[in-house]
Amino acid sequence: MTATPQQAAIEAHELTRRFGSFIAVDRISFDVAAGEVFGFLGANGAGKTTAIRILTGLLSPTSGTARVAGHDVYSESEWIKRRIGYMSQKFSLYEDLTVRENIRLYGGIYDLSKDEVRDRTARMLSRLGLEQSADTQVRSLPLGWRQKLAFSVALLHEPSIVFLDEPTSGVDPITRRQFWELIYEAAAGGTTVFVTTHYMDEAEYCDRISIMVAGRIEALGSPAELRRRFGVESIDELFVQLARPAAAQTS
Amino acid sequence: MSAFAGLLRKEGLHILRDRRTLLVVIFMPILQVVLFGYAIRTDITDIRVAIVDPSPDASTLELRNRFSATNAFKLVRVLPNPTLLDHLFASGAIQEAVVLDGDFANRLARGLPVRILIIADASEPNSGSAMESYALGVIQGFERDVATRGGTVRIAAEARMRFNPTRASSNLFVPGLIAFVLTVVSALMTAISLTREKETGTMEILLVSPLKPFQIIVGKVLAYLVIGFLSVLFVVAEARLIFNVPLRGSLLLLLGEGLLYILTSLSLGILISSRTSSQRVAMIGALAGTMLPTILLSGFIFPLESMPWPLRVIANAIPAKWFVIIARGVMLKGVGLEYLWPQTLILLGMTVVLVAAATRSFRIRLA
Repeated sequence: MTATPQQAAIEAHELTRRFGSFIAVDRISFDVAAGEVFGFLGANGAGKTTAIRILTGLLSPTSGTARVAGHDVYSESEWIKRRIGYMSQKFSLYEDLTVRENIRLYGGIYDLSKDEVRDRTARMLSRLGLEQSADTQVRSLPLGWRQKLAFSVALLHEPSIVFLDEPTSGVDPITRRQFWELIYEAAAGGTTVFVTTHYMDEAEYCDRISIMVAGRIEALGSPAELRRRFGVESIDELFVQLARPAAAQTS
Repeated sequence: MSAFAGLLRKEGLHILRDRRTLLVVIFMPILQVVLFGYAIRTDITDIRVAIVDPSPDASTLELRNRFSATNAFKLVRVLPNPTLLDHLFASGAIQEAVVLDGDFANRLARGLPVRILIIADASEPNSGSAMESYALGVIQGFERDVATRGGTVRIAAEARMRFNPTRASSNLFVPGLIAFVLTVVSALMTAISLTREKETGTMEILLVSPLKPFQIIVGKVLAYLVIGFLSVLFVVAEARLIFNVPLRGSLLLLLGEGLLYILTSLSLGILISSRTSSQRVAMIGALAGTMLPTILLSGFIFPLESMPWPLRVIANAIPAKWFVIIARGVMLKGVGLEYLWPQTLILLGMTVVLVAAATRSFRIRLA
């Protein structure tokens, strides 16, 4: 799957962020097409989180340009915030609220009408098979269900792009599988998915991936293309090959 | 504004669901009033007193009866001479002694000045002087009675306790307790609740949403503002009903100043939470940064006047000190803004600075 040129969901050009003398993100450039599942890989400390924070409007870049859903990250972050969904690596629902209360809260935050919230809640609960648990507090749901619920809530306001920051960490393989089915479903519906992950097998599920090492993007392309270009068997192997020199440097 | 309404609703649910914290927040102040009122009170009852009466007769008996009649004293011994006193003081059998001259009745009848020696156990200086003035009070009562019967009056030095004539310590600590309760509810709870959202990652979700940072903060703060306000009402009502602490000034002024002080504490809570990322650290920070100074340096329990000057200087930076002065002024002296404007202005200045700093620190964390 290649980018439809009409309008990219995310365009980053020479994007840089410094913290004092430390360069967390170093002139990264990439495009993500609408409806694409884009895997954003990198070791811990490679600059992934900083990049996501810039793209979601939490952090302003030091230099370079970026547009998200057609809006400039410097001047139009308020617009960006309305068009994106976000699920953090930490669990992002309120555990002391019930499933229904969580959905209602986020519906309110994104200015959905009462009717919209009611309809979408019903649809979401039936799709996840959670009708029975609608009025249980989220803390008593199993982790896998919580993750799926968190993802669905991030999609509640039908954003054009959803950012997932290590959504499957700590989840069993079967739930991860189911989670990726949800991701594909969302992408098929036209939502762009920007996902970071530690699991290299998950990288293979993405349309395209980028691998970040020490603030720079060292590889960018579809998994098949990258395997061919670097002459490796798997993305896992490629990741180790790219990340090792950096790891040796820092240690 | 439905987004904001939803946020408020959510804060309400958090508070209602967390039953234990809610109970603590509501019952702690109520319990504290009782605790401070009974356990830590500084007025004294049942002072063990001995009277040395070398030549008993009707008039000395009358004086003795006066001591046994008030519940401030418990007359444990009547002695013919003072030789035993040293031993009784040392063993703790008595705390105070009243020594009459041998010709007490004689001199009194002839209208000559009468000498009475009061000895108090001053190993605790505060209770020592309190016991002394209690005894003086009893003796003065006796003198007045003699005078009305036409006897000679020899007026002793009179200590007048203004604003707190009954010397009830509850009158002193309730205004301080209001400050304390507001600090705990506002600063501690805000700091903990904000860091909890950071810990669980929900804060990020809120920040990524179209909600403005000030909406998130105001949503948090409003809930605790309401609880803090309720606590003040509870404490004031309880102080009135159980301890008869007066409210001589305007209730409206007191509540208004309370609101100002809540804002100060809330900003402190936000500031603390912006520097920490775990609930534990936030709790310790709030305890050390707000509760301890409020207890120790506000003049709430320990009078500032008896502190060395460096501590007195530091106390000026503690918002609670100014609030305690204001609350005492309104409740005990019944004065209004015409006297309390300097303190109010100082508190207002502190609040403005702290709110500005808190908003700034919150924004910095986003950038």
